Amino acid sequence: MPDANQAAVHGGAHVDIHNPNLQHHFNDMAQQQEASTLGMWVFLATEIMFFGGMFLCYILYRYWYHDGFVAGSHHLDLFWGALNTVILIVSSLTMAFAVRSAQLGNRRGLMVNLILTMGLGAAFLGIKAIEYSAKFRDKVIPGRHFEWHEVDPIGAQAFFSIYFAMTGMHALHMVVGLGIMSVILFMSWRGRFNETYYTPVEISGLYWHFVDIVWIFLFPLLYLLGRH
Amino acid sequence: MGRTLPLFPEAASTFAGNVDALYFFLVAVTAFFSVLIAGLVIFFAVKFRRRSPDEVGAPITGSLALELLWTIIPLILTMVMFVWGAWVFLDLARPPRGSMEIFVVGKQWMWKVQHPDGQREINELHVPVGRNVRLTIGSEDVIHSYYIPAFRQKIDAVPGKLTTMWFNASKAGEYHLFCAEYCGTKHSGMIGRIVAMEPDDFEQWLAGGAGSTPVAGGEQLFTDLACVTCHQSDTGGRGPVLNGIAGKAVLLADGSTVVADDNYLRESIMNPQAKIVAGYQPLMPTFQGLVNEEGLLQLIAYIKSLPSGGSGY
Amino acid sequence: MPSPHAPVTAPATNYLNATHGLASWLLTKDHKRIAILYLISITLFFGLGGLFAGIVRLELLTPQSDLLEPDTYNKMFTLHGVVMVFFFLIPSIPAVLGNWLMPVMIGAKDLAFPRINLISWYLYVIGGVLTLAAILGGGVDTGWTFYPPYSTVSPSHVILAGLGVFVAGFSSILTGLNFIVSVHRMRAPGLTWFRLPLFVWAHYATSLIMILGTPVIAITILLLALERGLGLGIFDPTRGGDPVLFQHLFWFYSHPAVYIMILPAMGVMSELVAAFSRKNVFGYSFVAFSSLGIAVLGFVVWGHHLFVSSQSAYMGLIFSILSMLVAIPSAVKVFNWTATLYKGSISWDAPMLYAIGFIGLFTIGGLTGLFLATMGLDIHVHDTYFVVAHFHYIMVGGAIFGYLGGLHYWWPKMTGKLYSEAWARVSAIVIFVGFNLTFFPQFIVGYLGMPRRYAMYPDEFQVLNVMSTAGATVLGVGYTLPLAYFIYSLVKGPAASANPWGAKGLEWTIPSPPPTENFLVTPIVTEPAYNYNPGREVEVA
Repeated sequence: MPDANQAAVHGGAHVDIHNPNLQHHFNDMAQQQEASTLGMWVFLATEIMFFGGMFLCYILYRYWYHDGFVAGSHHLDLFWGALNTVILIVSSLTMAFAVRSAQLGNRRGLMVNLILTMGLGAAFLGIKAIEYSAKFRDKVIPGRHFEWHEVDPIGAQAFFSIYFAMTGMHALHMVVGLGIMSVILFMSWRGRFNETYYTPVEISGLYWHFVDIVWIFLFPLLYLLGRH
Repeated sequence: MGRTLPLFPEAASTFAGNVDALYFFLVAVTAFFSVLIAGLVIFFAVKFRRRSPDEVGAPITGSLALELLWTIIPLILTMVMFVWGAWVFLDLARPPRGSMEIFVVGKQWMWKVQHPDGQREINELHVPVGRNVRLTIGSEDVIHSYYIPAFRQKIDAVPGKLTTMWFNASKAGEYHLFCAEYCGTKHSGMIGRIVAMEPDDFEQWLAGGAGSTPVAGGEQLFTDLACVTCHQSDTGGRGPVLNGIAGKAVLLADGSTVVADDNYLRESIMNPQAKIVAGYQPLMPTFQGLVNEEGLLQLIAYIKSLPSGGSGY
Repeated sequence: MPSPHAPVTAPATNYLNATHGLASWLLTKDHKRIAILYLISITLFFGLGGLFAGIVRLELLTPQSDLLEPDTYNKMFTLHGVVMVFFFLIPSIPAVLGNWLMPVMIGAKDLAFPRINLISWYLYVIGGVLTLAAILGGGVDTGWTFYPPYSTVSPSHVILAGLGVFVAGFSSILTGLNFIVSVHRMRAPGLTWFRLPLFVWAHYATSLIMILGTPVIAITILLLALERGLGLGIFDPTRGGDPVLFQHLFWFYSHPAVYIMILPAMGVMSELVAAFSRKNVFGYSFVAFSSLGIAVLGFVVWGHHLFVSSQSAYMGLIFSILSMLVAIPSAVKVFNWTATLYKGSISWDAPMLYAIGFIGLFTIGGLTGLFLATMGLDIHVHDTYFVVAHFHYIMVGGAIFGYLGGLHYWWPKMTGKLYSEAWARVSAIVIFVGFNLTFFPQFIVGYLGMPRRYAMYPDEFQVLNVMSTAGATVLGVGYTLPLAYFIYSLVKGPAASANPWGAKGLEWTIPSPPPTENFLVTPIVTEPAYNYNPGREVEVA
């Protein structure tokens, strides 16, 4: 009986078979690009679940300790929080420009926008550091030395526990993002990207937008909700 | 070795029989399907064993009727289990009104008990046969679990809240008490015995020397902790009147209402500003660290003992 | 009917001898070599976890705590759980058999992200080393469940062990990510979803759980570490936290994690049953979709671990009924495998013995799970040896039987060598007998009321515990046999042909062992899986 399973075709008769950026186990550039993009989306699904655990804690404790959460929220600095929100939104815009430049093969535009994005990311972290140090000064760090003279100290401590867990984890993602951007910047400086190969820029952009979106949720939940 | 080989636990509470009946039903289902599947697998594997090296099986791809059959039958069986199990559970989980209330506190690694008449026990619990007994359980440190196999009853002792279990002992005797939730080094030493006694014997045991009752202990604490300065028996105090509050709905400052059960009373002492009663200021400090779990249970007992006389809400 | 495939002569170079030297292994991006790296490392951890289990069983020979201090005993069962769950069972089938076979079964040269695949092995090793460091530094005594508040006050190396689990979790996430993308984007021409082997379906479902569940345990363990290290108050009731919330988050991952362990074994089962009865799997699409059904329903049943933890009665009722529902797709699989045997051409080779053992033991394990989903009954058996017996029937009787069956089935393909069939049958029988002797008495002692995690126990439980320890000894012997004859086969075993079982499937169309790129020419698939009777499929009424 002839074996129907096996038939000889030589792996993907596409013109871009010789593209130096094509890894050997993919048939063509389109397959490689689709795989990478899907991979990043799957990874972001993982990230959503990761932050989801903390959002669940937030929702529960906000329900239990309404007054403590409102009071704790008043203690956050609205100005720095809002400024950071603007900074991240602008950085998403520059990131989008960077991806577009990469698609057009505009190396200069790519690098300029990457540097802008990284600068804005660093500014965000700097402002976060200012906010954190103010919290240390005011002794609202959960633990033995927590001091609270307003309503519901236990609820307020739960609020600050969640505040530090969530914003800390977000800041860690920003630091990782800056690391990824450095690599992308280095690669674009070396001229690794062109109109046919820009997937790394694209999926790094997806990551960056995701981290921004997390902040877009964190800002109203932590800074705004319950504020009069 | 010469030891006995018990195969079935003693049944000594009114609902042990219900739990066991449910158990036997599930054992029967399990045995039936295990034997059926194992029998079919072995029968097929022998009957249709390969007889020549190149032989292949018959070309059968499936059968919708069979798929439906073995989806629906298990579905029906599991729904029977669910309903029966829920019925038994709701009986186990809801203490009847008027049960005799005993306070239990778990701590590493012992169970401390106080009876309504004041008797205290450690790692033992004396109860009368034929009476509904309700345990209100707290924990001073980590999670424990109060487990009486002969009564088929168990509940966790969770720090930061109170849990309840109830039973009605049906047979006098001594039974095991285990801590079932892992709680550290001497977890397996956190055991004791439940002594179910005939009512007369129990009365005799009770008479054997009572300390102060939980209510009296709570009253003492109420004075010692100066609760009384704010919680007076008329509406003039800075805090709400506590007379008759237990079990009633309380209107809160944010407009919602909450039932003043044991856990609400406990929270109001440990984290008073979590739920502010309408018409009062959030002035009360936390008593965390000032009163232990046993003291809390006594305070709650005292508050529940206050006659309703003050104005309600 | 001639032999299903014409012999494929083994070429001189294959993935095992294509390059030489340690670096060529430690830096490899070949999924098959990474699978071998996993095979070696998880075997080491299995040995370690088995050693801890042996010590636990030895202590339980007598009611007193005489062999070990209670503290040491607590560390032993904790380490047994941590090592077996996170470093053996979760990676076992996906990372070894899945890694090796997934690209081959979908007709690809490799997984979508070979470098990430290698990184995931390194993450696994780093996680393992961290946990080993915690063990060598004095151990952990919280139980593998890490419940606070005990885990926040326990004077043992909780953070280090938790960090190990955290890092190993990312290894699992990356494996799942790789599988999902590969199945979506790397399938060979003509290989539609409903032509995929059920092994691939099962791993796809497993991967969904890995990517959606694992991050939740990661954040939970991280929050626990922050609470322990920095004093955050998420779970500590004295700082406003709720210890029961940890249980919710923990089981949101850890219950689906059970399906991470069993679904791949079910995938192996479908392959074994089909290959050794030379028949297509009965009700292919029902078996395929039941994998997805288990993966989805598995996410909404976690609350059945909390029936006695002060969870509200209504929540308990909802979780109880949902837990009942997850039994249905498992039952559907068992019935379909059984029906597959009907009018098959069944051979009694060693992998099939494991498959038959699996069906029986998984049936018992699954049905006893219903005892725990039934609320009124769970109150009594919760946290007793009944639970221990139940999940060992799933974890050992299911996952390990599946793993060993699969390893025997694909060993000739992976190594190009044949092992001793006689010894393999002996070991399958020894393991089956030892397993039942170990764990069946635990159902009885559990219903009698013996709580788990007890170093000491009342005298009347001794006879059953002695039986269990005796069984564990037999089981231990059973496990060492395959180690011996597998290693022997590598040295002295006869060469395997491309398709020693006469089985269908892309993996059997390439040489044993295959070349690094798997397929010299990309296969085009024109038929469904398990097509032993081309053109003669009939539907029975």
